[in-house]
Amino acid sequence: MSKGLSRRLVLQGALAGAGVAWVGAGSAEQGEPRVIEMVARRFAYEPNEIALKAGERVVVAIKSIDFVHGMNIPDLNKRLDLVPGTITRLELLPQTAGEIEFVCDNFCGDGHETMHGRFVVRA
Amino acid sequence: MDRRHFLNLAAVGGGAVFASGLAGCATARTQGMAQGDHKDFYFVQLSDTHWGYQGPANPDAQVTLRKAVATVNALPTPPEFVVFTGDLTHTTDDPAERRRRLAEFKTIVADLKVKTVRFMPGEHDASLDRGAAFKEYFGDTFYTFDHKGVHFIAIDNVSDPGAKIGDEQLAWLKADLAKLDKQAPIVVLTHRPLFDLAPKWDWATRDGAQAVELLMPHQNVTVFYGHIHQEHHQMTGHIAHHSAKSLIFPLPAPGSQPNRAPLPWDPSAPYKGLGFREVEAEDAGKTYTVTEFPVVRA
Repeated sequence: MSKGLSRRLVLQGALAGAGVAWVGAGSAEQGEPRVIEMVARRFAYEPNEIALKAGERVVVAIKSIDFVHGMNIPDLNKRLDLVPGTITRLELLPQTAGEIEFVCDNFCGDGHETMHGRFVVRA
Repeated sequence: MDRRHFLNLAAVGGGAVFASGLAGCATARTQGMAQGDHKDFYFVQLSDTHWGYQGPANPDAQVTLRKAVATVNALPTPPEFVVFTGDLTHTTDDPAERRRRLAEFKTIVADLKVKTVRFMPGEHDASLDRGAAFKEYFGDTFYTFDHKGVHFIAIDNVSDPGAKIGDEQLAWLKADLAKLDKQAPIVVLTHRPLFDLAPKWDWATRDGAQAVELLMPHQNVTVFYGHIHQEHHQMTGHIAHHSAKSLIFPLPAPGSQPNRAPLPWDPSAPYKGLGFREVEAEDAGKTYTVTEFPVVRA
């Protein structure tokens, strides 16, 4: 997994509504992040709710099995295309407690509207 | 008594019609007249008919569209044309079934007395095959036309499943706008909102900001769209954006609840939250009055 970290995503943003600040700034000195595996399939993310801890660096490793689903995280001003056959890695370093939602933004069929999830960050 | 005065009286008297004047909100008034044959006129916008949908959000789905067609046909003054702003059909993975739904939809709306009808795709029609089936039945997914001095631009933000207009279409839009006077009245028809209405609900166009940027130098631009199954009115600078009701099921107000699930069918008030609209062009196409109609008039 460490090779995958070469594709680190530097995420910066602020959630005005939820009061959650995020900074993605992983570095090797901080040690290996916890890896959370996720599957994207029509019409759900599995799991669709992911518990995180403030201050803990994690990598969400996402495998799409049937479509180029999207993963849009508006509060982070970040989106990804989840291409089948590849593992898409999203590195996060939540700073404070709160929730942040994500949604599929590539129309994938009858049920697309139900394909969403959230990260739940606890202090 | 002019037609709009009649409509307002009907709204007050019978409650069957809701009239909302948008002058001052919808478009900025401008000084001077552009060249051309400018006369007041009105058209009808129908949207999000989702032909082929089966589900509890509309147990009457087999007849809702037909009733709306009958209501349009019964308007005292026929519109000069009708536009459908996407999601003509409900999506299906089966290409043959998609074509069957498009064909049935086309047959039903052929009963409209008004024979000038413009069609646009929604993501349910076009995103799974990049508009291939839609084009077979209705032609181009983006185009322009002119009516009584108003320049209409239909923008396709659904054939790309990622809700992108795309570089090619944006270049086409830029070239089309370059031919117009900056004061020329322009109406944009599209399916998704061109601005970020609710990205958490996928109510946006990924590169819609680029289209809005191209439109901004033009002083008389109004956008009519669908997708969100409800009326919504918003300005981006001087450009007004008006979404239309659906003819299948209403959706909740943007961001008002965790999910964008359809609002439940109310057996005591069938078709509640559904309808279509008249759009009346005034002031040489620089001001628009929108009048909402229910599926069935009392």
